[in-house]
Amino acid sequence: MSNVPEDLLYSEEHEFVRKIEDDIIEIGITDYAQGELGDIVFVSLPKVGEEFDQGQMFGTIEAVKAVSELFCPASGEVVEVNGSIEADPAMVNNDPYGEGWMVRFKLGAPDELDTLLNAEAYGQHIGE
Amino acid sequence: MEQNPLQRPTPVIFEHSREGRRGTKIPKTDVPARPLDELLPKSALRKAQPALPEVPEHEVVRHFTAISLKNHHVDKAFYPLGSCTMKYNPKVNELTARLPGLGDLHPFQPTSGVQGAFRLMWELGEMLREIAGMDAITLQPAAGAQGEFVGALLIRAYHTAQGNPRKKIIIPDSAHGTNPATVVMAGYEAVMLESNAEGRMDPTALEAALDDEVAGVMLTNPNTLGKFESEIETIAGLVHEAGGLLYMDGANLNALMGITRPGDLGYDIVHINLHKTFSSPHGGGGPGAGPVAVKSHLAPYLPIPILQRDEVGGYSLDWERPDSIGKVHGFWGNFGVLVRAYTYIRMLGPDGVLDTARTALLNNAYMSARLEGTYQLPYGRGMHESVFSGAFLKEHGIRTLDVAKRLLDFGVHAPTVYFPLIVAEAIMAEPTETETVEELDRFCDAMLQIAVEAKNDPEFVKNAPYTTPVRRLDEARANRQPDVRYKGGHG
Repeated sequence: MSNVPEDLLYSEEHEFVRKIEDDIIEIGITDYAQGELGDIVFVSLPKVGEEFDQGQMFGTIEAVKAVSELFCPASGEVVEVNGSIEADPAMVNNDPYGEGWMVRFKLGAPDELDTLLNAEAYGQHIGE
Repeated sequence: MEQNPLQRPTPVIFEHSREGRRGTKIPKTDVPARPLDELLPKSALRKAQPALPEVPEHEVVRHFTAISLKNHHVDKAFYPLGSCTMKYNPKVNELTARLPGLGDLHPFQPTSGVQGAFRLMWELGEMLREIAGMDAITLQPAAGAQGEFVGALLIRAYHTAQGNPRKKIIIPDSAHGTNPATVVMAGYEAVMLESNAEGRMDPTALEAALDDEVAGVMLTNPNTLGKFESEIETIAGLVHEAGGLLYMDGANLNALMGITRPGDLGYDIVHINLHKTFSSPHGGGGPGAGPVAVKSHLAPYLPIPILQRDEVGGYSLDWERPDSIGKVHGFWGNFGVLVRAYTYIRMLGPDGVLDTARTALLNNAYMSARLEGTYQLPYGRGMHESVFSGAFLKEHGIRTLDVAKRLLDFGVHAPTVYFPLIVAEAIMAEPTETETVEELDRFCDAMLQIAVEAKNDPEFVKNAPYTTPVRRLDEARANRQPDVRYKGGHG
């Protein structure tokens, strides 16, 4: 049974969103996603200052069995990147919602957050 | 308990080394010796002696024989690696490839001295053309992926000649990862099309995705789920109506050969993996071959040179082809591989080619029928291979990876796992025509036994394998810290 914290928002592509300031969000992958991927061996993240649209690919994540793409849950500009997961990708497996966060975004269109799933809806989405 | 001899560690070849040991005596030089720095530029000179192991011949032979016993290969046991088509490679192929008149040729020999080799290439090309139902062929590409790349360049050359190279190529979501990579390499955007519930391309979805910037559609058939694209004629019509070209990734031609032909199905281009369908060896350091066959409207763009035959049966190379995409391989392709594929087809004959495909389909139908009551088949049985799901074992904490590892204890290679991506916990098994019904039963019995073990004793399955030369490897660490260079002492 995967951990789906109540206080986060989720995308159907298994990214989570944590609102840390009014217009700043933190993005990572869900516990369910890391469990499905298995041991993560490589994470490729964007650079600070890059801008993305909602749904656009912003990075890749490589597990032993497959490479997956990371999609932006909301549009915005990268303001911070968690460099330590590039050095130690196992952090994403061990603590996806904590030390394993990936990027922080300055929101381009805060309304887009309304299109994301809450914990209950995401739980249904993954069938748990 | 005595240790399984296969589990005794094998030292690396460097650990056998002792200073001064030699396998052969090298005669004294009969030309005057000159210092290396007079003969070679400084940039080409080593600063230190290379750390080569010093070992006698028999130690080398024993060392590599010991390693080969620990390896798994199709000469040893069943190898149901789905998508890869690990059929047995008949030994007669090796015999013909080593005939001095073929094996000892030099690519710089004048064409008048290699007419026999050219005849073999010509006849192989004709046989492959007939099997593919196409008008022209190149044998040059060195592998399936290069064949794909050549195919994509042909698409570009064709459209460029019409005035607009176009921008996109459509690929289904079940496709092999090389397809989108090829498309991007050829300067196109890969557009992914979702498969329908049967795992096939949906003509309605295709129609919606087609426009005048679509250069072509790449469609493996049977596709990567092993399913025949039964709407292929409708699909071909739609693609051609939109001015596009239809490309068949021929990775699964082994399921169709002799039964139907890509050309007759409406495809414009097909590449053929000789190592899959026509029994040349897979990898092992050796080269491959991925011939590309096309309809006549694409023939002018094929790579140079093109082999041609005159009225009296003389062969020559045609380099004067101004519309050609150019050369894609040194000399004329990987000739030794072509000899093996030629031998395979000639040994089978037309009836044998058909029987081979039918037996591959029958073997998979038998295997699928035995397993489908236990392992799920989300998209149903495939033709020559089926993609099962191990998702039902999750409730016991068992993943497909655990099933694959446990299978190794039964002396068979694991199927392809976690591919294609649209099947959860995928187990992609391809028996090929090689295996007997007894061998298929042994494999199915093992798969069914593992499903029972997963329920009754999941820890036992999680810790498998038990009998292999090495137990479960730390694959994550191997990927995170790839460090394969020997740094120990020398002798």
